[in-house]
Amino acid sequence: MSSIGTGYDLSASQFSPDGRVFQVEYAAKAVENSGTVIGLRGKDGVVFAVEKLVTSKLYEPGANKRIFHVDEHVGMAVAGLISDARQIVETARSEASNYRSQYGSQVPLKYLNERVSMYMHAYTLYSAVRPYGCSVVMGTWNDYEGPQMYMLDPSGVSFSYFGCAVGKAKQAAKTEIEKLKLADLTVKELVKEAARIIYLVHDELKDKQFELELSWVSKDTNGRHQLVPKELATEAENLAKQALADIEDSDEGDM
Amino acid sequence: MAFMGDMMNPAPLWQNGPAPGAFYNFPANSSGFGPSTRPVQEFKAHSATPITTTTTVIGVKFDKGCVIAADTLGSYGTLARFRDCPRIMKVNDLILLGNGGDYADYQYLKDIIEQKIIDEQCIGDGLLLKPRSLHCWLTRVLYNKRSKMDPLWSNYVVAGIQDGEPFLGAVDKLGTAYEDAAIATGLGAYMATPLVREAVDKGNLDEEGAKALVRKCMEVLFYRDARAFQRYQLGVVTSAGVRIEDLAELKHDWSLAHMIHMK
Amino acid sequence: MFRNQYDSDVTVWSPQGRLHQVEYAMEAVKLGSATVGLKNRQYAVLIALKRAVSELSAYQKKIIPIDEHIGISISGLTADARMLSRFMRTECLNHKYSHDAPMPVGRLIGLVGNKMQICTQRYDKRPLGVGLLVAGYDDQGPHIYQTCPSANFFDCRAMAIGARSQSARTYLEKHLSSFLDCDLQELVAHGLRALRDTLPNEVDLNTKNVSIAIVGPKTPLRIADEEELTRLLALVEGEERRGGSASATGDAGAPADRDRDAPGDDPQPAVAMDTE
Repeated sequence: MSSIGTGYDLSASQFSPDGRVFQVEYAAKAVENSGTVIGLRGKDGVVFAVEKLVTSKLYEPGANKRIFHVDEHVGMAVAGLISDARQIVETARSEASNYRSQYGSQVPLKYLNERVSMYMHAYTLYSAVRPYGCSVVMGTWNDYEGPQMYMLDPSGVSFSYFGCAVGKAKQAAKTEIEKLKLADLTVKELVKEAARIIYLVHDELKDKQFELELSWVSKDTNGRHQLVPKELATEAENLAKQALADIEDSDEGDM
Repeated sequence: MAFMGDMMNPAPLWQNGPAPGAFYNFPANSSGFGPSTRPVQEFKAHSATPITTTTTVIGVKFDKGCVIAADTLGSYGTLARFRDCPRIMKVNDLILLGNGGDYADYQYLKDIIEQKIIDEQCIGDGLLLKPRSLHCWLTRVLYNKRSKMDPLWSNYVVAGIQDGEPFLGAVDKLGTAYEDAAIATGLGAYMATPLVREAVDKGNLDEEGAKALVRKCMEVLFYRDARAFQRYQLGVVTSAGVRIEDLAELKHDWSLAHMIHMK
Repeated sequence: MFRNQYDSDVTVWSPQGRLHQVEYAMEAVKLGSATVGLKNRQYAVLIALKRAVSELSAYQKKIIPIDEHIGISISGLTADARMLSRFMRTECLNHKYSHDAPMPVGRLIGLVGNKMQICTQRYDKRPLGVGLLVAGYDDQGPHIYQTCPSANFFDCRAMAIGARSQSARTYLEKHLSSFLDCDLQELVAHGLRALRDTLPNEVDLNTKNVSIAIVGPKTPLRIADEEELTRLLALVEGEERRGGSASATGDAGAPADRDRDAPGDDPQPAVAMDTE
């Protein structure tokens, strides 16, 4: 990497001669080392799936969730440093709460995204702080605007997406997502697809253990963000495992 | 994120010394710990009367839960101004909250309590606020406000299920808090309390009995309390959950006033 | 001067997306003596190895009570731990004051995590160089949490941190499935065995260098006094020690080695430190 050793990559408040802020790019690297997170925006809602890597058997199963509730109607899935991400969650929650106390209604995701993006961006401006080492995906569903989803980067940039992936296997996951007809799929179908993709892109050799986290916010949940009910999640997970086994079988057949 | 407040604006490292960051302009660290530049406010006017008011809330404990009821009239002085002021709220699956007094103060605190519940749901650890906790929290809020000579002009009745047992507690605008098996606030404290106490002291009150008792009280109060109304809400909380019933309407009959002759 | 260009400040990301200062702070945890936390269906237990800085000094306290239902055991910079424990005590008190109920353990840990994160992101601060094991009991039963200087925290079934704690974790992993259904005595015995695995052969657990805290239903946090310690230590006394620790010091784990410890020869747990 040409940046290393030049001395222009030590502070978020410094440009390199070719006009880049390397500290922000390095922060994005931290995100790329994390478990894969995908967000799918379908016909009637948004689905999040997270490959949560489990580094020790001693941890309680289901601990350290990477999917958070921001408000009744907004969910957030995070990739990168979980401790950094929790601050973003807190910020988003207080934004949502402030909006509610000011206007007496649920915060529109477009507005929330703008506020949280601004907050993350502020941490790319000064040498006294470092950029956040996390990316977050936010999603919601409501009657008048339908499903909505945004992904925010450590740089403070955010875009609205139909389908997005971030983390270790984002490339592979994106390829899979692109094959889906997202606009035609319901959340019930998307949950299965999401589980399948996470199982597919998980690298068994490098990371042994992982837990699959699934959540959704849709018409069926009355616009409330919820973890996918246990039976459904297990079903999706079993289908994913089956699909993976089928692929491996056919691979062996080819040989 | 309230706890972050002190982190973002840390206290001075030492008294009368330069504040951290005073020589540099670190973000969020420049909030000036020097001598206060704020003018000293010598006096302050506070509201000392409620404006739009509601009257009695009745709460009764029975063997497996609690019933509370309150009518829906918002009075503007003696004027029956607003006819649809619901003031029994479901807090969560364990708690019902009733209010009497200044209606705006209730709406203000209601929003805060609702946000409190959303915050709790967001944490998502499956724990629910319990009635005793809410009762205690309300006591702190109301007592603090009155100690600043700026009370929230309301009485609150907390009914719920605390660790499987019925809980019924009240807090008034001064922060006076108590638990009891029968509670009536407002004018009801004078007129309904004897009725509910008598029934409660007999014991063996079940859900139907408690509801009938409360309905009787609402009727008595409607005839006697000039700020009462014929439409009222009634809520029941048991370990099965919280239920607020549809608005009930009293059928009143003023023929019993035949002894009163207008001159 | 520095190991690399990117490790001078906590505000500097390395090109690989790492925070070296935070990682160094994580090392501080390994400098403290080991401590073990584990739980069964009802109780959470902390067991810590105490050190004496010199032969004349007392043993450094390792377990700090936070509230009636929460206790922490520390490894790393003690002063940082005291700061955190003060924060935790304040939060518990405030919660009790405003809600007339004990602070749920998980929520307290969430607050601690958020507090610790802030000093991993600012130029004028440093990460707290301490790891905690938190044992607590609330409506959802017993809990063991681990917190790190990186502001990460983990809900654990059992955990060990501190010097040479890997041996303890190996023990815990091996017996993980038996913890949930064993009784309190067995649980403590497991913890003591795990802790003993972190010791070099010439040192053994005694009432001076071990601290045990227990919390559970209708059992407010209790740090075992000398009498109880003696009773609990007797649970594992005379047991064959596993060879695990021997490999670390190069000694054979023969019982004869232990016999060499002349009576009155005060064990020096400080030795346990410099092997890792």
